[in-house]
Amino acid sequence: MFGLNKKDGLLFLVVIAITLLAPFLLNPFPENSGMAQFNAGYPDLLQRFAIYGIFAIGFNILFGLTGYLSFGHAAFLGVGSYAAVWMFKLFTYNVVPAIAFAMIVAAIFSVLIGYISLRRSGIYFAILTLAFAQMSFALAYSVLSNPKFNLTNGETGLQVYSNDPQMFHRDGLPNLPHIFGLSVRASYELELGGWSFTFNVGYYLCALIMLIAFYFAIRLFRSPFGMMLRAIKSNNTRMTYTGLNAKPYALAAFVISGMYAGLAGGLLAAMDPLAGAERMFWTASGEVVLMTILGGAGTLIGPVLGAGLIKYMENIVSKINDNVLHQWFAFLPDGMEDFMVTIIHPFVGKGWNLTLGMIFVLVVIFLPGGLVEGGQRIARLFTGKKARAAEKSSQSTPAE
Amino acid sequence: MDVILLQILNGLDKGSAYALIALGLTLIFGTLGVVNFAHGALFMIGAFCAVTLQKLLSLSHTVIDETQTDFLGNPLKIEKPYIMDWFGPEIGGGIIEWAVPLSILFTIPVMVAVGFAMERGLIKHFYNRPHADQILVTFGLAIVLQEIIKYFFGANPIPTPAPEALSGSIDLGVMIGFEVNEIVYPLWRMVYFAFAAVIIGAVFAFLQFTTFGMVVRAGMADRETVGLLGINIDRRFTIMFGIAAAVAGLAGVMYTPINPPNYHMGMDFLVLSFVVVVVGGMGSLPGAVLAGFLLGILESFASTTWATTTIPGINQVIIYLVAIVVLLTRPRGLMGRKGVMEE
Repeated sequence: MFGLNKKDGLLFLVVIAITLLAPFLLNPFPENSGMAQFNAGYPDLLQRFAIYGIFAIGFNILFGLTGYLSFGHAAFLGVGSYAAVWMFKLFTYNVVPAIAFAMIVAAIFSVLIGYISLRRSGIYFAILTLAFAQMSFALAYSVLSNPKFNLTNGETGLQVYSNDPQMFHRDGLPNLPHIFGLSVRASYELELGGWSFTFNVGYYLCALIMLIAFYFAIRLFRSPFGMMLRAIKSNNTRMTYTGLNAKPYALAAFVISGMYAGLAGGLLAAMDPLAGAERMFWTASGEVVLMTILGGAGTLIGPVLGAGLIKYMENIVSKINDNVLHQWFAFLPDGMEDFMVTIIHPFVGKGWNLTLGMIFVLVVIFLPGGLVEGGQRIARLFTGKKARAAEKSSQSTPAE
Repeated sequence: MDVILLQILNGLDKGSAYALIALGLTLIFGTLGVVNFAHGALFMIGAFCAVTLQKLLSLSHTVIDETQTDFLGNPLKIEKPYIMDWFGPEIGGGIIEWAVPLSILFTIPVMVAVGFAMERGLIKHFYNRPHADQILVTFGLAIVLQEIIKYFFGANPIPTPAPEALSGSIDLGVMIGFEVNEIVYPLWRMVYFAFAAVIIGAVFAFLQFTTFGMVVRAGMADRETVGLLGINIDRRFTIMFGIAAAVAGLAGVMYTPINPPNYHMGMDFLVLSFVVVVVGGMGSLPGAVLAGFLLGILESFASTTWATTTIPGINQVIIYLVAIVVLLTRPRGLMGRKGVMEE
């Protein structure tokens, strides 16, 4: 099916089903119940799941397959956003050319950065990409926003103003990003008993693109090209000795993954026509690394899971405040209640980054394969099978 | 001439900070082979040691001063630090004022302990894991440390002034034959530079002239052979990690009067310090120090009005540009040795 083998085909079908039904599945609690704050089925968050899913899938093509750890991937995301907003400003609010342009610009940037960075590997590569991303951030934040040559609009962020040319904008088209006239903000509300489900055009656009991106990633993982990339990770020296030049392959992987990031950046701008330099900051690059590792680097579904989990935590855990905690522990005696609230307080609300950091450290120490490996271990407990194949595949060293 | 001299001086304080952090990074990398993304966090913890000590010293209680009255005629309530009660206002006030230099004494044991805890508790388990894993775990640790500091001290910068005797500026130009007011330089920055020079000198002397240092250098060159000679090299490397942490911490302590510390200051410096290490040559201690000062001075030259009007924003990107050029022309860095971190 779709040129995939049975296992991958099944995985892809499951992913399609989950993505399309996400507005249902992620809204399990009735609207007026106390648990409603754990619902994730609102358009803004769903869009983020899909967009950062794309970002992480792309990052995984580089890191998971070739083992090159890029610490500056957010630069391409930011560049993509800026490119898309410029498309909106100059030509039209239609998202298709904007996204295409975002990918092209990100590709150009990643060829340049990749060509230089890939001259070194291992730590040097990580530091070089980090330096490039920080340089892009500095450029976007201050240098390229001087009055004479305002490309990024600095701290305010690039946005569309009413006096922008927008050459192909006609009356009757929505004054927002749209797909051939259908605004991305349009949604259909479905009330079912106490539940309320929102089906949003923007989300389904992101979801569709994510599915295409995911399909492309599966094909890439299973292709001879993907095998070549794995060879770079497992033994670069040996690959060179067999007479193959690894550089072009690594560069191709870098550019593909940069284009994924550009695509994600373009989509971010399409959902909300605004691009800021903070999207390029090194913490944003760190975030995509976290997502990929948390889900499971080198696996197909891992990055998407990781992206979903981190974005969910960011939105939901950071909303929990002391009042909510007091409600939860109300069944305990007063002293105990306060005690529990005091203990949990630093980890929720504004402190959710602390939770994130600790989870990340624990995952790297105890579960290097991420959530996917965790799932496999649990599955093995139940089936009782000693899956030697799984262990073998998890032991691999990246390019040094 | 005076402009050039002034810019060199301006670059020295940032250069000193880069050099100290890069020195620590290189010490850890050279001995343990670990790239420590949490090194910036150590710099920040050092700075917050100074903040903590200052807060501890100025713990105070309210007393009613009968001699002074507020505008309603009531006796004025003033906050009086305990330390003034114990040592009298003269010495007590002096101690509070000199909190930053005093916290050097307080920071060294704290930082060495933090370094030991980090190495023994976490990093030890990562020697046999790929470099990517080491980067990731120290990166996670950096986030955790940063968030802990943020939880206790808040997100805003905390001003930590230098003692009054050291906080003015001096007219350096007069001393070497320039006109008055041509080269005026903040005194504390001179102190910072001198301090950095002393620390760097001490670390080099320690490695060069003591038996311990000799063993460590031998271990850096060939760890296995030193181990086979019956020397417990792991323990020495742990101690070196503690020293590297202390160097980063001290750099942070003394930097507080220049830049009020906030929880993300470490990360801001870390990215640049990595660039410094790469430019200097991975694993080369003199290279790290040299590149630190060099890049600090270059940055200060790029910040002059002349440079920023010629090429707008050059001050923001100069360091990265230099790093790219150096890596393309001399992939091992300025003073990198052959065989260290080759592919």
